[in-house]
Amino acid sequence: MKFFHATNIDFLRWRWHAMALSAVVILTGLVAVFTQGLPLGIDFSGGTIVVLKFEKPVTEQAVRDALGGLPGEKVVQQYGQSGDHEILVRLPELVTEQGASLEQGARAVLQAIEQASFGKFEVLSTEIVGPVIGKDLQRKGIYATLASIGGILVYIALRFRLSFAVGAVVATFHDILVTVTFLTFFGYELSLNVVAALLAITGYSVNDTIVIFDRVRENLRSMRRDTLADVVNKSVNQTLGRTIITAGTTFLAVLALFLFGGEVLHGFSFTMLVGIITGTYSTVFIAAAIAIIMSQVRGHGRARVEPAVAAETKSKKANRKVRAS
Amino acid sequence: MYKNLRWKILVTIGVMVVFYAVGVYPIQAQRYGLPIGDLLSAKRLKLGLDLQGGVHLVLRVQTDDALRLETETSSERLREELRNQNITASAVNPTSSTEFVVEGVAQDRDAEFRRIADDQVGTLFDRASGAGGRYTFKMKPNVDVRTRQDSVTQALQTIERRVNALGVSEPIVAPHGTAGDQILVQLPGVTEVNRAKEIIRSTALLELKIVEDGPFPTREALLQNHGGAVPSDMEAVSGIDDTVEGAPGTAYYLVRKIAAVTGRDLRTSRPTLDENNRPAIAFMFNRAGARTFGTVTGANVGRRLAIILDGRVQLAPVIESRITDNGRITGSFTQQEVNDIVLLLKSGALPASLTYLEERSVGPTLGADSIRAGVRASVAGLALVALFMLVYYKAAGINAILSVVLNLVILLGFMAYIGAVMTLPGIAGFILTIGMGVDSNVLIFERIKEELAASKGVRQAVAAGFDRVLWTIVDTHVASLIAAGFLFQFGTGPIRGFATTLFFGLLSNVFTAVFVSRTVFETILSRRTVTNLSI
Repeated sequence: MKFFHATNIDFLRWRWHAMALSAVVILTGLVAVFTQGLPLGIDFSGGTIVVLKFEKPVTEQAVRDALGGLPGEKVVQQYGQSGDHEILVRLPELVTEQGASLEQGARAVLQAIEQASFGKFEVLSTEIVGPVIGKDLQRKGIYATLASIGGILVYIALRFRLSFAVGAVVATFHDILVTVTFLTFFGYELSLNVVAALLAITGYSVNDTIVIFDRVRENLRSMRRDTLADVVNKSVNQTLGRTIITAGTTFLAVLALFLFGGEVLHGFSFTMLVGIITGTYSTVFIAAAIAIIMSQVRGHGRARVEPAVAAETKSKKANRKVRAS
Repeated sequence: MYKNLRWKILVTIGVMVVFYAVGVYPIQAQRYGLPIGDLLSAKRLKLGLDLQGGVHLVLRVQTDDALRLETETSSERLREELRNQNITASAVNPTSSTEFVVEGVAQDRDAEFRRIADDQVGTLFDRASGAGGRYTFKMKPNVDVRTRQDSVTQALQTIERRVNALGVSEPIVAPHGTAGDQILVQLPGVTEVNRAKEIIRSTALLELKIVEDGPFPTREALLQNHGGAVPSDMEAVSGIDDTVEGAPGTAYYLVRKIAAVTGRDLRTSRPTLDENNRPAIAFMFNRAGARTFGTVTGANVGRRLAIILDGRVQLAPVIESRITDNGRITGSFTQQEVNDIVLLLKSGALPASLTYLEERSVGPTLGADSIRAGVRASVAGLALVALFMLVYYKAAGINAILSVVLNLVILLGFMAYIGAVMTLPGIAGFILTIGMGVDSNVLIFERIKEELAASKGVRQAVAAGFDRVLWTIVDTHVASLIAAGFLFQFGTGPIRGFATTLFFGLLSNVFTAVFVSRTVFETILSRRTVTNLSI
């Protein structure tokens, strides 16, 4: 079976449209983040989350009313399936003086619920993150991500060319930004689990990009007369089947996680779903396009980018001759 | 026709069996009650708290408290000594947690003062002199660091002891973070957060009691010696192992019910040397403690003094003379033993208070729900992928499924072997591993199709497919390995969990996609005169 039989689509013709589209999405995301702030989960912002399971059905509004006396902006929402009677309560980080007990917010929630006589309930989970930890996790998460992207940049620059590396890294940042934009608009918070999913996405996107770059490198040897854009186009077309199949199967696996994985995995699998789509898209339209633009810019300055590859192939041919004789 | 094919098949089967035994069988054995050796059972892949349920706490040791205590005791020690030597000083007062000031030292006794000060606190504090007989004592930087470290170590050991007393299986008590003053406590399966927190935070109970009789090897022996019953004003207390010299096992002591002194009266203890330059332990009481301790020890010279921590006798040295504020325990101790005992004595009064920075508890219901949902979703996802591969690649799809499944088996085996825990972010690593595993196979298969389309023979097409794609796979995997390495190096708990899974998943994937998959192809192609490939 073969879905894509020798396609010859001019992907790069659309590169400016694609970049404009990406720019619009990212800009909307940035505007949203700057006006409303990044939706940080309590892992990073600090705060308290209590998940309760009631025996009888309870409305969110009733719980919200019961918690009316508590200070700060509270979030009360349904958790899991509606038949489970599970409610999540989130409190912002309380401004506590040094040494004050961390759990007072959670305790106040339980007291208020007990007094409101909703019947029997069970505490499914409690998460309380103090300010020190939140900042620590934020800082370390950012360092770790930047360091790993830096490592990838160096590797691709060594194995391919700098312009390719820049293309791959821009695509990676693109994927993170687009995914965060979608998370913001669909009301998901950045938790540690979501960050893990974002990291998985960067890994996936880079993997995708390298596959095409590898093909470009291979084709550059046989298509010395063609422009880089033609070579890239051909490479993208040659690997199109693989790109779609891999994206499709991974998407299927994550879709199962999204549908059946339960509440805990929701934000996580949603991130992966968005990331797989944007990761595949960015490989074709962003990574390759940036690599070409970079080569052209550098080509104007010094006309030595293409010959560098030509020289490489030449020297290989020369080697072959030596061996043959 | 293919070189070393039999050898390759053997390696594949061998790897599969070994990793299955380590990674998968123990889980099945536990679930279905199959027989299993202790070694494998101990290595069983464990679930993280987010999946299993339990309590996760991060505490901070307020190390400043320990510095303040050290400064206070040192200034007190100096003041006492000055009084004993009749040197007047108008004031000896701590001014901060690491500094104290002596004022109004008489001009004519200046040299003497300096000598005494150096003697008493010279190893801990730097002395600076000001005008009018004023001296400032500032804690030495290395002492500062050491005191902080000690207070964390001590808190760590105290918490460990308390957690063990809780009877939790496989608890984790470990240093946390880069600042060096945080402690991570994980208690799998514990649901009562508040009880756990109370127990962790409460200071250990240290009591010093006079030993009336003992040690005895058993409780029965103790009772026999006393007509079958413990006298009403006494109690029988068990000791930790090897307290009886020469005879291993638990020792029993008959001690007075009322403690001579408790840990609250003990100010500090520190390692020192005895007259023969052997390691010994020096300790110091506060004023009230010194008074009672003086009376009790004066009346009981020659008897043993039981040092009881949380109801167990830790040590029972013989009282050699009356002891008031400053005492010393001597014996044939190694330096290590001395350090341990010092920590022990200190744990009666935690020098530094603890605050909670982070607290998470996952109820067993939610954890179980998460596992059930996670497993169901993973199985569903794998099934979908497998189905697609079979439809799209026909017989070759079996090959891909085989290599992805083997990849997961190897990954589970690795995780179990290195003692990693399975968490939600770990599942992310698993999914990325599946994704890359499928990808490697797709890359190879698509290439083989291309080569076939270029009307090459079946065997050449397979060989070319694998050879050409090899470097692509190496490139993608090395780039991801680099990323995983950095994530592990710089990341925190959950990110590290992800990085670990990804790292080993990538390694095993190179093996399964490049080596195993090719072996399977070659096995099929070597059998008969195959001219067509179902791909």
